[in-house]
Amino acid sequence: MDFQLSEDQRDLATGVRDFCEGRFDRDRMRNLVDKARVPGMVDKALWAELAETGFFSLRVPEADGGVGLGTAEAALVYEEAGRVLLPGPLVATHLAASLDGDLGAGAASGELIVGLVDGEATPLLVEHLDVLDVLLVLDADGLRRVDPAAVSGTAIANPVDPFTPLHHVEALPAGEPVGDAETAARFRREGAVLTAAIQLGIAGKLTELATQYAKEREQFGRIIGSFQAVKHLCADMLVRTEIARAAVYAAAVTLDDPVVGDAAVAVPTAKLMADDAATRNAKDATQVHGGMGFTWEVDVHLYLKRAWVHATQFGGAEENEEALALTL
Amino acid sequence: MDLRYTEAEERFRGELRAWLAEALPKLPPKPDRNDWPGRRAYDTAWQRMLFDAGYAGIHWPVEAGGKGATPTEHLIFLEETERAGAPYVGANFVGLLHAGPTVNAAGNEEQRRKYLPGILSGDDVWCQGFSEPGAGSDLASLRTRAVRDGDEYVINGAKIWTSHAEVADYCEMLVRTDPDAPKHKGITWLIVPMDTPGITIRPLETIMGTSEFAEVFFDDVRVPVANRVGEENDGWRVTMVTLSFERGTAFVSEVVACQRLLRELAELAKKVTRKNATAWDDVALRRELGHLTAEFEALWALTKWNVSEAARSGMPGVGGSVFKLRFSETKQKIYDLAHRLLDRAALCVEDVAGLPSGELMDERLSSFSYTIAAGTSQIQRNIVGERILGLPKER
Repeated sequence: MDFQLSEDQRDLATGVRDFCEGRFDRDRMRNLVDKARVPGMVDKALWAELAETGFFSLRVPEADGGVGLGTAEAALVYEEAGRVLLPGPLVATHLAASLDGDLGAGAASGELIVGLVDGEATPLLVEHLDVLDVLLVLDADGLRRVDPAAVSGTAIANPVDPFTPLHHVEALPAGEPVGDAETAARFRREGAVLTAAIQLGIAGKLTELATQYAKEREQFGRIIGSFQAVKHLCADMLVRTEIARAAVYAAAVTLDDPVVGDAAVAVPTAKLMADDAATRNAKDATQVHGGMGFTWEVDVHLYLKRAWVHATQFGGAEENEEALALTL
Repeated sequence: MDLRYTEAEERFRGELRAWLAEALPKLPPKPDRNDWPGRRAYDTAWQRMLFDAGYAGIHWPVEAGGKGATPTEHLIFLEETERAGAPYVGANFVGLLHAGPTVNAAGNEEQRRKYLPGILSGDDVWCQGFSEPGAGSDLASLRTRAVRDGDEYVINGAKIWTSHAEVADYCEMLVRTDPDAPKHKGITWLIVPMDTPGITIRPLETIMGTSEFAEVFFDDVRVPVANRVGEENDGWRVTMVTLSFERGTAFVSEVVACQRLLRELAELAKKVTRKNATAWDDVALRRELGHLTAEFEALWALTKWNVSEAARSGMPGVGGSVFKLRFSETKQKIYDLAHRLLDRAALCVEDVAGLPSGELMDERLSSFSYTIAAGTSQIQRNIVGERILGLPKER
């Protein structure tokens, strides 16, 4: 047993962090949300760069033109995506790259932007619809593809996360089957782990933002981070992040090597702990920032809102807690 | 990242399992909780069985008489002994996990030869004299004095929270040898035989009504200077050396035990009735059980993370405080849930109406100590904030 990053994994994480911070730095992120909002909030030039870097083909076998890595590596990559708030249906397109034919190939290469919606959710809210080339619908029976142009929905004028535009859809077209129930179940497991990895990145970044502010801000003639009331908020954020990290990495490793654990426990655990870390860290980071935390110009609210979006994807707390209780 | 055990680790696990299956039925019956001599006899008998089988001090270095097991092997040892229902380290705790490793690392050759074998064989039981009535979280402010008189130190003062004091052979002790030096610089680490004249033990009664630990008074207690470990006034550093032996395995047994407890509570919830339904039919309670399942699955993953980090670096990670904080607070939540499940049966610290309220409520009360003992949660948060996040100390 060696449950620590290998040298290759460390290099991968560092490389992806450099890429993310270089190609989607704070200026570009704020520009997208404050000045130049694009349809569906997916910057197509950036999407092509993500594809080139291997965001979508990461787990496609090398023989099929992919990178040939595992879920553990994908988790490290998606954690970095969470840290910088990379927008768009990253997880859906990554999952679609595992499908056969033109759909899989198009998703892997970045030519197709693929969205995904849980067909059983109510209300039915489709993310990024305006920019999608393919919409996948996930339900208990399997996976089907739907032409986004054939989806009629009402655009939500005020989505809580400015990076995640939504359409309210009454009913989805039947579409064409692209995966059976087993594929759908695999999508749910892998989607939950990769989304949890994004939440882990968000939780870690929020810990850093709050700690940084607590080290700079002075009141009563002291650095506010010296006050235990503030210090303990920051400590709790770090604890949540590290618990989530262990849970997310363990779930990812379990999907790659099923004999080391029980995916039915590891996956909901990862999603639950990471959702908890991201959403609660967002609340505490807002608190540590005081009045500034309530302003649009400080980034904390953007992390908060994105964390809320991810917390509804691939299983929320109710579903995961119920599923875990049934494993007892 | 690899969660697979190596062939050698699996072999170690298999041999240990086979031995446990054969050895555990030979254990004497468990003594009564308040029977301290009985508890000592039981715990040390177990230690002797481990010793005879070659499992004593498994994590100790070979030169100290241990097995030099890797952190991962130590994890497997603790996991398997707990799963098999083996006794907890009990009365051997201070000797095996604290005093012994300290004597080995900071003591001289004579001290190693004199004290280590008795700890490994279960012949000697140690207790700890660190905390004082006036020195708890601020341990370095301790005031028990030791004054040099020829070849002896003369000790006067009081120690508190000393477990197994009544049945211990030795006490590892921190004393003030230089009252004028800055508080961390005037402390010395001493070995005090518990049969030395001048020692008075007053058992303290806990909120469970039991006596888990004692207050120990020292009136002109004389010990040879040869009982000093490390240099005079260097005791704080000696104590810190001990902390560096922690390899992420401190809570392995307890995490395994908590996972079992959650399964038992789920079974209980299915039996307990509330009007026309069982407690298990209560979605809120079921979700809470599910949430706690996730917490302990995550803590188990974090255990493996910390152990692997220690195995790589040979040093303890910074994760100890992180782990202790989350573990202790989450374990308390299990008993919050058990209390809710018992409803009015929770008013009985004994079994009633076929419900296991005796043990659950005893543990429920005991759980209040988790966030206090070995560094309160507030102190742990200071450590995380200052040593990991780099926030400034409060002036």
